[in-house]
Amino acid sequence: MRALLVCAAAALLFVPGAHGGDLGAQLYGAGCITCHGPEGRGIADRGPSLRGAGARAADFYLRTGYMPLASPHTQPDRSRVLFSQRELAALVAYVASLAPGPRIPTPHPARGNLAEGQEQFTEHCAGCHQIVAEGGYVTNAVAPPLKHAGPVEIAEAVRTGPYLMPRFSAQQITDAQLDSIIRYVIYAKHPDDRGGWALGHLGPVPEGLVTWFVGIVLLVATCLVIGRRLHP
Amino acid sequence: MRRWLIALVVLVLGRLRRRPELDSGGRIVPPGGPDRRAESLVLLLFAGATLCGAAVPVVYAWDAIPDQTQFLGLAFGLAFAFSSAACIVIGKRLVVTEELEEDYGLSHPDDREALEQLVEESGDRFTRKRLLFLAGAGAGSALGAALLTPAASLGPVFDVSSLYRTPWHRGVRLVDETGRALRAGDIEEATFYTAYPEHADREQMGAPVVVVRLKPEQLRLPDDRRGWAPAGILAYSKICTHAGCAIALYRKPTFAPVEPRPALVCPCHYSTFDVANGGGVLFGPAGRPLPQLPLAIDASGGLRAAGNFSGPVGPSWWGVRNHGARS
Repeated sequence: MRALLVCAAAALLFVPGAHGGDLGAQLYGAGCITCHGPEGRGIADRGPSLRGAGARAADFYLRTGYMPLASPHTQPDRSRVLFSQRELAALVAYVASLAPGPRIPTPHPARGNLAEGQEQFTEHCAGCHQIVAEGGYVTNAVAPPLKHAGPVEIAEAVRTGPYLMPRFSAQQITDAQLDSIIRYVIYAKHPDDRGGWALGHLGPVPEGLVTWFVGIVLLVATCLVIGRRLHP
Repeated sequence: MRRWLIALVVLVLGRLRRRPELDSGGRIVPPGGPDRRAESLVLLLFAGATLCGAAVPVVYAWDAIPDQTQFLGLAFGLAFAFSSAACIVIGKRLVVTEELEEDYGLSHPDDREALEQLVEESGDRFTRKRLLFLAGAGAGSALGAALLTPAASLGPVFDVSSLYRTPWHRGVRLVDETGRALRAGDIEEATFYTAYPEHADREQMGAPVVVVRLKPEQLRLPDDRRGWAPAGILAYSKICTHAGCAIALYRKPTFAPVEPRPALVCPCHYSTFDVANGGGVLFGPAGRPLPQLPLAIDASGGLRAAGNFSGPVGPSWWGVRNHGARS
């Protein structure tokens, strides 16, 4: 997966004059240019244009490890980020400098309302990510679990719509509602498991099923014991 | 099971070959006296079963009744309870029983004779045979009618126009959840909206639609739907044609050349409908396309329906047909 990047990084060491100049542009040239083309113009059938994507999308895709991607035909997924913080910032700044685009959002989950967040999450997100944010499926793709998503990443994803996810404008989800959604997602990472045994937070049905299987064994065992006593 | 089959064969044989009166001396089953009280009880129970069974179609047809399904269940349950109680009373009080030590034997003619005699004699105690038979048949047919009643829900069979009845017709405005009119300029690409007909009951199956926008050059609508998607804005019924779930997933590619094409997906069983070509099924158990609502943009930029859906809205069953009248 990272072979491309490693090769590119190795090549970078031998590029004369690579140590000076614009770090963002160099990293772009090493890791991104094969698919997104020179100056983020995009290459047909390989990668989309990044002009106008802005810092918001760049920050999301890089900070989650979605990019760089080994093959453009696979779904990007969360993986280890090989860039340092400084390199990340430089690369994001470079992509943002290509053309005017949206900035990195600054959500305030503390201002959000948990109950409203659950309501909004149910309405807009739970169809794919499941009500407990454990992730799910759409046809041909995986809706990732949100266990590792931080507040900024959630806000970026909602506004950007990465991969097959729809994006939601401020008209559909206001900034205040977004704060609530983020608060709910953070809460859902460690929900209040009243049953004690969460079983993947999938809700009362699997828990009930397990209870049922345990219960039926106990009942059958009790019946057997009673039967033995009556007919020794 | 085998014993039951044998008993059935013997019963049928006994019925077919009615023998002359038995001399009372050669009885196998001890004679039991008539029990008129038990018979009356059986008659009463059969009457109860008949009444309850007959109540099922009545409750089913009477839509105005509150808690209709509860009453349906009650009628069904009581009908079964009454008929089983009747059977129990018959078995315990009216049929004379004789325990046999050995297995039923069908091979020896003598055994067979004895068995037939046994069955014949067991019915000796009934004094009002015909009445009891009629009561049983009545209860049976009422129960049968009750069991067949729900089949009416599989319809409509002949007149399917009700399946096309929706609150949408030419000129109806699209509004969002808050009742605000949707404007073509507000509809963005890469996201989806739920809309309802203005001034109509939103609980109706035909009311909710999903609105999405594609680039006009992405559209591959059939020829007879030319002009149904002004400015690339499309509307589809929000109710999945498989089992009637609300379509809550929109899959939109960020980079179309290498990613799956835009589709509406039902979260229940992942039926996937192609938004570009008129709602065709790409994947999943749905058997027919998602009904499309033709759109028009009015002079002030608002979205309006340009007619009714392309097909019947809602889940499919054998009564639903794609062709037929469009109102």
